[in-house]
Amino acid sequence: MSSLIDVKNLTLQFDTDEGRITAVDDVSFSLKAGQVMGLVGESGSGKSVTAKALMKLNPSNAVYGEKTSISLHLENERIEIMDLKTTTEMKVVRGGAISMIFQEPMASFAPAISIGDHMTEQLQIHTDMSIKKATEFSIEMLSRVGISDASTRFKQFAFELSGGMRQRAMIAMALSTKPKLLIADEPTTALDVTIQAQVIDLMKDLVDDFGMGIIFITHDLGVIAQTADDVAVMYLGRLVEQGTVRDVIRTPAHPYTKGLIAALPRMDDLDAPLEPIPGDIPSPLERPPGCVFNTRCSVAIAGKCTVEIPQFFNVSKSHKVACHLVQQEAQKT
Amino acid sequence: MSGKNNKTPLISVKDLAVHFGLRGGGFGKRPVVRAVEGVNIDIAPGSFFGLVGESGSGKTTLGRALLRAVPITRGELTYDDGEKRYDLATIKKAELKEYRSRAQLIFQDPYAALSPRMTVRDIIAEPLEVMGLTDSREETDERVREIAAKCRLNLEHLRRFPHAFSGGQRQRISIARALVSRPKFVVADESVAALDVSIQADVLNLLKEIQQEMGLTFLFISHDLSVVAHICSQVAVMYLGRLVETAPTRQLFAAPKHPYTKALLSAIPSLDPDDRGKAQKLEGEIPSPTNPPPGCKFQTRCPFAIDICRKEEPKLDTTGNDHNVACHRWQELME
Repeated sequence: MSSLIDVKNLTLQFDTDEGRITAVDDVSFSLKAGQVMGLVGESGSGKSVTAKALMKLNPSNAVYGEKTSISLHLENERIEIMDLKTTTEMKVVRGGAISMIFQEPMASFAPAISIGDHMTEQLQIHTDMSIKKATEFSIEMLSRVGISDASTRFKQFAFELSGGMRQRAMIAMALSTKPKLLIADEPTTALDVTIQAQVIDLMKDLVDDFGMGIIFITHDLGVIAQTADDVAVMYLGRLVEQGTVRDVIRTPAHPYTKGLIAALPRMDDLDAPLEPIPGDIPSPLERPPGCVFNTRCSVAIAGKCTVEIPQFFNVSKSHKVACHLVQQEAQKT
Repeated sequence: MSGKNNKTPLISVKDLAVHFGLRGGGFGKRPVVRAVEGVNIDIAPGSFFGLVGESGSGKTTLGRALLRAVPITRGELTYDDGEKRYDLATIKKAELKEYRSRAQLIFQDPYAALSPRMTVRDIIAEPLEVMGLTDSREETDERVREIAAKCRLNLEHLRRFPHAFSGGQRQRISIARALVSRPKFVVADESVAALDVSIQADVLNLLKEIQQEMGLTFLFISHDLSVVAHICSQVAVMYLGRLVETAPTRQLFAAPKHPYTKALLSAIPSLDPDDRGKAQKLEGEIPSPTNPPPGCKFQTRCPFAIDICRKEEPKLDTTGNDHNVACHRWQELME
């Protein structure tokens, strides 16, 4: 199957008072329809900025790299997102071919506009449905995501719904324009575990039913293990490891990915000590030269990792990693 | 290990209830939220006591009640550290101020909890000054430096403002402020929930270290069972204002007895991609505390609920080995 979206050499910088800072540095990945890609990393790693770049949703001080190309493949059309300039041109993509759901559903609904008005408004923009048809369809979508008594909920406001219900309404809204690609930015982080499990199940059902691709952004590796087909690990704007979920979670190769897993409190071994990765993620104003992770890496090679940017290296057919040490070790044998 | 019954508990709670009256409802009765209802717990000195539950379960209110930061509707609540004993249900204002130096709170959000206009030194020193625990500025500075070092804060950080710090460092500042008055009892309310896993591991290790070094007693409130499993010696599970199960941590995680605890454990996303679809799913959501269901509060979501569960509220029964459960059918369900 051919891919749904191809991102090549995505570089994104922001012009700020303190100078130009790099948020995303030479990121490339592809996603097929019907697949879920997990994008993992700590806060400040550039996950959300990357996701927003796919719809050029970043503020006006964003500067895209010259080599950046993002192509979206629809049934009989190919859209080069970097070539879309005006808001009108972007309409095909924003809320049309690509939808996004956010971490905090309370902040995504306007407090004085009902759930129903939110839903019908976007259908009017993106489809030629009449108000009556849009209302019926929206209520149907609300029940589809497991909201009981959907016609009452349709008339209510965001503050009248519980957190889990709001996130479902958000998902119903994002899916009602039948997007080809859904970007879910920490969609379960603010939810309780039992509700999180319900929302994850719902999203899996929706991939099967609608056949869309999902980019699932989260810092929770457990959630990734339970949802994603492929995983990309991001650190300070760069991808450091990519592979299938089994490759990356079972046999992590990059010291950063290993560190993330060692820091997790594991349920299968309560005696295992929690091992934090030393230090904090550096400010984007002080990007270290060489490998971006070298300031916190316990196995950094002096004179190499602090100087030379590691390139991706295949540890197996479906698994690649950007680390000098892994590459050296592999070449020795 | 701590938690032996022959020791006097540091905190002892009997039939505690905290109700809030809501505004509105027109004429007649005002709706009442029974945030905490009929809770009994003993917290042994030196223990790391975990309190878990979903949002809306009343865990934060229970934590605040133990600090006497909310009015208590009914029940007994005592604090006894061997030197001082307070009857918190009837405590007077002057005594309450004294109690504050012995019982402290660490908040969830290290961004909201620190004033942006104060230097780190002033933030940490504030409790000492407000409670009048030191006699001179030199003494205050000495205490601030001592606790800052324990919390692995750099001394030159003390002159800076909170905006210059990352989430993990801010949480260490919050911890230093909570501990500067040398409390015996600390309530940590979702203190690592806003942190990245790596920083979370660092803060948890720090809390554990400090707890052992200073001989503190912690009430650790969290919705994250995997964190609680790693750090707490004793756990209580709360649902809609009631305790549904309490046990030593290992026992609770190895052999949970209440259907709610089982469902919570099963909902933790496993790190094994091959576990997909194995989780036992809980349907629905926690009911509103203004309108709780009759009988067992969990009956609306419980796959095992029968007639008696809809009529009669189960009591917290002891099952031996310090393990208590409030379920009509726990024995049957074990078979």
